[in-house]
Amino acid sequence: MPFIPHTDADVTQMLAAIGAPSIDALFDEIPAALRSGKLTQVPEAMTEMEIDRLMQERAELDGRQLNFIGAGAYEHHIPAAVWQITTRGEFYSAYTPYQAEASQGTLQLIYEYQTMMASLTGMDVSNASLYDGGSALAEAVLMAVRAHKGAMRVLMPKTVSPLYRAVVRSMVKNQHIELVELDYDRVSGTTPVPTADMGDFAALVIPQPNFFGALEDVDALTDWAHAHGGRVIALTNPTSLALLKAPGQWGAQGADIVVGDGQPLGAPLANGGPYYGFMTCKQALVRQMPGRIVGRTVDLDGKQGFTLTLQAREQHIRRSKATSNICTNQGLVVTASTIYMSLLGPQGLKRVAAASHANTRSLLAQLCAIPGVKQAFSGHCFHEAVLQLDRPVAPVLAALQAQGILGGHDLGADYPELGNALLICATETKTAADLQRYAQQLSLALNNK
Amino acid sequence: MSIPADLKYTASHEWVKTNADGTVTVGITHHAQDLLGDMVFVENPVVGRTLAAGEECAVVESVKAASDVYAPIAGEVVAANADVEASPEAINQDAYAAWMFKLKPANSADVAGLLDAAAYQALVESEAH
Amino acid sequence: MLIFEHSRPHRAAHAQMPAHTADISDLPASLLRQDEPLLPQASEMDVVRHYTRLSQKNFSIDTQFYPLGSCTMKYNPRACNSLAMLPGFLARHPFAPAATGQGFLASMYELQEMLKDVTGMAGVSLAPMAGAQGEFAGVAMIRAYHDARGDHARREIIVPNAAHGTNPATAVMCGYTVREIPTDKEGAVDMEALQAAVGPHTAGLMLTNPSTLGVFEKNIQQIQKIVHDAGGLLYYDGANLNAILGRVKPGDMGFDVIHMNLHKTFSTPHGGGGPGAGPVGVAARLLPYMPVPVVARENGLYRLLVEGDIPATIGRMSANHGNAGVLLRAYIYARMLGAEGMHRVAEFATLNANYLLAELQKAGFDIAFPTRRASHEFIVTLKKLKDETGVSAMDFAKRLLDYGYHAPTTYFPMLVPECLLIEPTETESKETLDAFVTAMKTILAEAYATPDMVKGAPYTQPVRRLDDVKAARELDLVWQPAD
Ligand SMILES: Cc1ncc(COP(=O)(O)O)c(C=O)c1O
Repeated sequence: MPFIPHTDADVTQMLAAIGAPSIDALFDEIPAALRSGKLTQVPEAMTEMEIDRLMQERAELDGRQLNFIGAGAYEHHIPAAVWQITTRGEFYSAYTPYQAEASQGTLQLIYEYQTMMASLTGMDVSNASLYDGGSALAEAVLMAVRAHKGAMRVLMPKTVSPLYRAVVRSMVKNQHIELVELDYDRVSGTTPVPTADMGDFAALVIPQPNFFGALEDVDALTDWAHAHGGRVIALTNPTSLALLKAPGQWGAQGADIVVGDGQPLGAPLANGGPYYGFMTCKQALVRQMPGRIVGRTVDLDGKQGFTLTLQAREQHIRRSKATSNICTNQGLVVTASTIYMSLLGPQGLKRVAAASHANTRSLLAQLCAIPGVKQAFSGHCFHEAVLQLDRPVAPVLAALQAQGILGGHDLGADYPELGNALLICATETKTAADLQRYAQQLSLALNNK
Repeated sequence: MSIPADLKYTASHEWVKTNADGTVTVGITHHAQDLLGDMVFVENPVVGRTLAAGEECAVVESVKAASDVYAPIAGEVVAANADVEASPEAINQDAYAAWMFKLKPANSADVAGLLDAAAYQALVESEAH
Repeated sequence: MLIFEHSRPHRAAHAQMPAHTADISDLPASLLRQDEPLLPQASEMDVVRHYTRLSQKNFSIDTQFYPLGSCTMKYNPRACNSLAMLPGFLARHPFAPAATGQGFLASMYELQEMLKDVTGMAGVSLAPMAGAQGEFAGVAMIRAYHDARGDHARREIIVPNAAHGTNPATAVMCGYTVREIPTDKEGAVDMEALQAAVGPHTAGLMLTNPSTLGVFEKNIQQIQKIVHDAGGLLYYDGANLNAILGRVKPGDMGFDVIHMNLHKTFSTPHGGGGPGAGPVGVAARLLPYMPVPVVARENGLYRLLVEGDIPATIGRMSANHGNAGVLLRAYIYARMLGAEGMHRVAEFATLNANYLLAELQKAGFDIAFPTRRASHEFIVTLKKLKDETGVSAMDFAKRLLDYGYHAPTTYFPMLVPECLLIEPTETESKETLDAFVTAMKTILAEAYATPDMVKGAPYTQPVRRLDDVKAARELDLVWQPAD
């Protein structure tokens, strides 16, 4: 019994205090016919030494490759302090800060986080996190429809991550919300401003950078949506916002809701999670927001303190009329992100964004110099771009993998119209030698057929 | 407990006052604000909206609870009190002064069907067991 | 002091950023940011010290007894964290080929198999990222099941009024209307009300068992029959399995679908609010609708089953593999417990809860359901105290903080007035429970002797009682620089 402190003497005394003859007797309210429960598929217990050995072996099996995949999850340097502080027991093993006076650490941190995210995105307010970028986008769609009180349609460009679109579909389909797909321009890889009549819609989603890494004409799209009575949901990569115009500044009025995945800000790739979804918005929409929100207030002595607020939106009070069913969020990853943003600061985050952009451009130049490789789209990109190969992508990726390189994300399944298309990414973590190595190996892979 | 004799009431704790011009004024009762506690937010229906009797049309919110407000009778919203939206605590101070919205009844005879003060008093007492 | 108040222009943690700013002159000015975001400008030590000090203002399992009902605040073994954070696991991109992730995928597959056994279900998907998302997946599967049979009249989900708020909120997100049914005096589902509520409009019942009132639903077999006879499906809110682990399997009780919170029963950390993981288990008839991805084993290799493999799936809950790192921690915990350890979790969680109940009752506290056994948790009601002294459950809870105990859950479930929902978990010793009883007794005496003092608690925390009315009326959600 690995984590149970009881001695036999304890058990005897406790049963006597209860007045029960045995521990088994404590289960006497469970109908006898149901009291089976023997576990047959759970192996024998392991000591820490044994599980340590097993997990070390498994982690080594998954050993490190030189990674050029992005597509929604990005490899960045994470300062050592980030997870060392984050996994302090006082953050790691605390519950949601419902007892504010005993949770000022977590609460103040979230207030600081909200401040950073609101500023980064150019919005007025932020919540304390949602599950991930995909589910945050789904919540933004629901929120926009709620706020519009009329249209049940949301315009969704095909340049939004196919996985995010899949998450949104799963989460909104039962509420009869229609997702209207907007096609992209084959030359620029961006979403043209619609010219046809799109009818009534609650919101337009604008991804910046989009799934292809390309930069959308956010000003024109924002103004168009507002002119047609819809709100704007910006879907962004937070790292890019150190460099790119904040959604709050898009067009004449700015975006209304901003969401994205916070993973680039201090969360490791880690097989896909835990990451977190961020959401910020304009003040007027704050009561439509899902999830927890922290506010600053004062205590009985007038001293500054922090507490969860606007809880009447949430499921534990509002139940079937809540803005969302979300309860547990991604608090610990937000803790890591807040420390990450504090360590990087405005200058550091900008340097990370700029280095990622420059590395991707340098990689593109080297790869596109190889015969049989060209860039799929004209126009500007952030830190990802699409390559078009003269042959199927899968065998090429397999050849690269054999050399310890993860060469990118094959777009064939989701965008068959693009032919042999490969999405690549080079963040600040890649050295000139890494880029060269990729170019050399790709060249070899293509020459070897 | 304050239940003015000249008002009408609903089982969902709204009070209703008939005005000289035939419109009715609606708010929540002293008892309702007492149950909810310190009021922090009020959302009124938009002027011009047509309501069915019993339709959810407004929200009052305290720190620990939120409650829908229902249209006591059918009618069209002709006014909404921006002052209570700006200062929700006014409802705690005087629930019968801090009105929420006014309706032009679809049928002014409907008001007679609401609870009178004695019936509402009995209802409140029965809910308290 | 806020981190922003430590900020000085041009101060920075220089070791943490690329050595210089790369050339971005190819990007047109119209796309670029003109202002500087409000991020701290601080040295590395400033940041480390600031957040270390903030952490010290928290109660946590590692520092305090935390008997927060419905939350299962048991010890989070350190190895679960350090092993889940091995470099091989952290560095792997979610889109990397399955061949490069066999260690992770094997662990996920085995976790699925163990959870199938624990729940007695035919299949498990690890995709949902928390309990509420597990509920969403479960109810969406119920809907997909009825829809596939053309049974579109089933528009209603029945939820007992004791249920967690996520239950009704989830049903609505899945496009259902909610019908609440009452609880009887013994804390059980009101059988007459249930019988009256079911019909051809019933899509399903969401049930928590043991209920949020801390008692086992004795009539579960009858409930099961009533719902199934009406054509509805049975949903099990298995957020807290601590009391039944290795004792009763929800599948054996006739449930069609269950979610479980690994951040409770399987000891993954709560992290000050998350992340969690809310896997779903399903009976055979719901297998075709499971959320993706699901891990499969084929010819000795592991891979993810996605939309093409499970064509009727309700879809995706997250862009990737759910909260993968949380799942790994749960896997490690499950392996350390083993089958025998899991049986013992239920035994000792139940022993601790019943012992604490007995001792508090002896100390003069009113138990909400005194005729019932406690499961892993139980409810004390302070209604009498409130009527006699004006001291509320909230006041009592705040005073406990002064004695170094995290407060039990207050004001949930809402149907018990002035309630404290207490869950000690199996990892606490008898000495800790005894000391807690002593503190509870002391506060009870204080409440009668000096009620105003108790109403002013806490006195020993970084702040005193906070003004949450001001917080909601005068929203201050982001910090603004002075000028
Ligand atoms: C009984 C019950 N159901 C559902 C939930 C929701 O789980 P989560 O917070 O992980 O979404 C919880 C926990 O908060 C719970 O205690």
